[in-house]
Amino acid sequence: MSPKAVKALEPAATDPSFIRNFCIIAHIDHGKSTLADRMLSVTGAVADRDMRAQYLDRMDIERERGITIKSQAVRMPWELDGQTYALNMIDTPGHVDFTYEVSRSLAACEGAILLVDAAQGIEAQTLANLYLAMENDLEIIPVLNKIDLPAADPEKYAKEIANLIGGSPEDVLQVSGKTGMGVEALLDRVVQKIPNPVGDPNAPARAMIFDSVYDTYRGVITYVRMIDGQLSPRERIQMMSTRAVHELLEIGVSSPEPAPTMGLGVGEVGYLITGVKDVRQSKVGDTVTTATKPSTNPLPGYTDPKPMVFSGLYPIDGSDYPVLRDALDKLKLSDASLNYEPETSVALGFGFRCGFLGLLHLEIVTERLEREFNLDLIATAPSVTYEVTTDDKKTVTVTNPSEFPGGKISTVEEPMVKVGILAPKDYVGTIMELCQGRRGALLGMEYFGEDRVELRYTMPLGEIVFDFFDHLKSRTQGYASLDYEPSGSQTADLVKVDILLQGEQVDAFSAIVHRDKAYAYGLLMTERLKKLIPRQQFEVPIQAAIGARIIARESVRAMRKDVLAKCYGGDISRKRKLLEKQKEGKKRMKMVGRVEVPQEAFIAALSGDTEVAKDKK
Amino acid sequence: MAGPLPLGDPAPPDGMIPASAVDGADSRSLAFYLHVPFCRVRCGYCDFNTYTATELRGAKQSDYADEAAAEVAFAARALQQSGLPHREVETIFFGGGTPTLLPASDLVRMLEAVRAHHGVSPDAEITTEANPDSVDAGYLRQLADAGFTRVSFGMQSAVPRVLATLERTHDPARVPMVVEWAKAAGLQVSVDLIYGTPGETLDDWETSVDAALATQPDHISAYSLIVEQGTKLARQIKSGFVALPDEDLQADMYELIDERLASAGFSWYEVSNWSTSRSSRSRHNLAYWQSQDWWGVGPGAHSHVGGVRWWNVKHPAAYAGRMADGVSPAVGRETLDGDARELERVLLGARTRDGIQIKSLASEARVAVAGLIADDLVNAKAALAGTIELTLRGRLLADVVVRRLTA
Repeated sequence: MSPKAVKALEPAATDPSFIRNFCIIAHIDHGKSTLADRMLSVTGAVADRDMRAQYLDRMDIERERGITIKSQAVRMPWELDGQTYALNMIDTPGHVDFTYEVSRSLAACEGAILLVDAAQGIEAQTLANLYLAMENDLEIIPVLNKIDLPAADPEKYAKEIANLIGGSPEDVLQVSGKTGMGVEALLDRVVQKIPNPVGDPNAPARAMIFDSVYDTYRGVITYVRMIDGQLSPRERIQMMSTRAVHELLEIGVSSPEPAPTMGLGVGEVGYLITGVKDVRQSKVGDTVTTATKPSTNPLPGYTDPKPMVFSGLYPIDGSDYPVLRDALDKLKLSDASLNYEPETSVALGFGFRCGFLGLLHLEIVTERLEREFNLDLIATAPSVTYEVTTDDKKTVTVTNPSEFPGGKISTVEEPMVKVGILAPKDYVGTIMELCQGRRGALLGMEYFGEDRVELRYTMPLGEIVFDFFDHLKSRTQGYASLDYEPSGSQTADLVKVDILLQGEQVDAFSAIVHRDKAYAYGLLMTERLKKLIPRQQFEVPIQAAIGARIIARESVRAMRKDVLAKCYGGDISRKRKLLEKQKEGKKRMKMVGRVEVPQEAFIAALSGDTEVAKDKK
Repeated sequence: MAGPLPLGDPAPPDGMIPASAVDGADSRSLAFYLHVPFCRVRCGYCDFNTYTATELRGAKQSDYADEAAAEVAFAARALQQSGLPHREVETIFFGGGTPTLLPASDLVRMLEAVRAHHGVSPDAEITTEANPDSVDAGYLRQLADAGFTRVSFGMQSAVPRVLATLERTHDPARVPMVVEWAKAAGLQVSVDLIYGTPGETLDDWETSVDAALATQPDHISAYSLIVEQGTKLARQIKSGFVALPDEDLQADMYELIDERLASAGFSWYEVSNWSTSRSSRSRHNLAYWQSQDWWGVGPGAHSHVGGVRWWNVKHPAAYAGRMADGVSPAVGRETLDGDARELERVLLGARTRDGIQIKSLASEARVAVAGLIADDLVNAKAALAGTIELTLRGRLLADVVVRRLTA
């Protein structure tokens, strides 16, 4: 073991037997970024003075939330028994929404560090990624992190891990990313245990794209793992899915700053720059080959990302619509899985229907739009994709309740997911109650260690996209973790519930729900709106309906008095200013038929926050 | 203390008024409002700029008439030097606070200052507000002899429980007496009522309306209680100690008084004001609603001259200092642009019986009138004759009408 390699190996000329490619599998706050930072400094890849916390997480949001959205690869030198090695650490997204990206990152590695918080034990999302890693035949190096914490219980969790992946609890390394304890031993273990990459240096070049990132200055940066052959600078390369040919302007490795190289050879990990401006031209999972001597066999496993969750995004200030459009166009450059198209809503004006990989993806995109483009946005309740077949045998794909066909419906298919919930055993009862209420079917239940249980359910995705996680967290005091993966579809008795104001449908509130829940939804929304809609000069009936059938009804009584009694002297300025303000406010009023509704009321009704002032006129 | 003054531009120390205010001055009348910022006790609902003896911080009640007279003289110079034509004053109104907390001679001295520096029209309307417990027959006679023509009594309610909630200290039995004395002195009489006090029932209100009518005044004002920020009442409501009557009950109360007064021979001429005849309307208040020129004298008083509004420093001690230095007491002002003046014209005019001439409105507003008729907010017959006149429902929803006319 030596702290730092004397001389790093030259890329493009590295013997694959001295290369180790690995990733780190960890739950969101289990310290992956801190450990990665520590590795960068221990190996000398980053000088200590340049160290900035969580070096690999570039975006502000990632840094603040402590999650990695976009993965990157870093090449680090390491010396063991007099031999220098090149270690490629491939950073993977930690969240289940990005399962596909995770699977591609894993496919670029021969091994994985399973990093578990020594005070918390393994979490549901980690289980899912661990499963993926084992599916990819990766060598797993189990590690307990944060052993410097007073609450750490390494013995207990080492046992838990050994139970899960086999082997003995003694094989579980103990480290602290924060203090650096055990990190060098971990790097040694990586060299010893993880197999070196194997490939044919003389075959036509094949490189797998495991990530592509948009950079304002350099265009798209494509991260690849070389499988066979060699790629060299100025060479013309071809994307096998689209056959598009680009010139290789730069090829190199990140260590972690980008460093151009003479090329990449078998087993190496690095980046390509072609001057392309849109990440869609450089798709994760695609195979890169050369234009002159192309391979005919693309690497397996490539699929197009498919949105699972849909939501309408609207600017709160209608005049921001062009800003939102430009912002989405820009985000699209760096997020190949983001889908959107223009949409209009009576209640919310002009916006976009967006497709996301999952709830976290939705949240991240919304937050980036608000933060990076200074937009105030409202998102409609998330929806999923339904296949609706009418009595005349036509099938419609519905991602927005407004597309739900009228008339006779013969079947509605809804997407299903397999859900894994990991929680302390005391919460099993309340979790089961929640899942049953969401039409979940229990698949199984398994104990990890002494006090933790994994519950597995199949559930309609539509039941978890809306506030399920919030409920789960609040019922378990935040202890439960959740993971889900697509699992086919099922036919269900689903109906569209519309909300009407004075007989006029308010599109933003239509929802596709199970028939048994239609009444509850109707009641909830009509009661919410009753609290939020200011009194008008006339009575305003608020109704919930399935088709023409009214299932719930409320009303806002007519306003009888709206006049300032006294209007003398100084009152006049006050009154005028109030009116001017109201006229400004009127721009934010939405008309539903003759009913004037402040946009705030719609937003509050969507968010369930009924405490906003309803006196805004 | 009273609510904050509006935000505006700084006001110049010499009180000079922008030239834009001179346009059309010949067709506008000039009124004076004289504020008397003193009260014996502060009522829990009141946010007016008024002070009890312990709050005066060195300002002296006895010096006040002379300070106010100094502003009256200042006004004459400022108006003249700003190029405004000389106009005799058509109406003068003493309000407060409690003007009648000052000796009658002080009020007279302030009135004389207006006469001396501006001239007062021979048929001017000269009013003072009065609390039923702060005047007697002699006091009222002294005012009438000096040229006062009108007194407005703060009756508020005839129900002791309601008066107690409002923290009014007068004995309701005194109201008919003071009204009688005022009439005997030859003064026109108005009584002011407040409705919608926490705990007040429709029956209470009816009692008060009947009691007010029984004194046979020629003018009645009725204001729904407004909970102003920063008042004791606002704090009591916030803490749940008392609750405001709901909007529907307030609407019932308004309908009740309108109906009662109409059968007693009164007609409404502004949403909160009724009179027995055209000649008993308050001309001073009409001057506000017709955007005439009026100069407000005293701490916290507001003025308006030709689209320029300004307001004075609030505390009597600061005011006294300004007057001693011969500097304008104004601390802020705003010059209204054309849109703001039009908005004010519509918002004030729509509240009055004489209303707004439809042909004076912008074309979009004229289109909106049809909808207002359909919604029973505007009187169809008057509209066909060319005037916006609110219906009973329209008076209760006057702000809706204004919003629709100015949308």
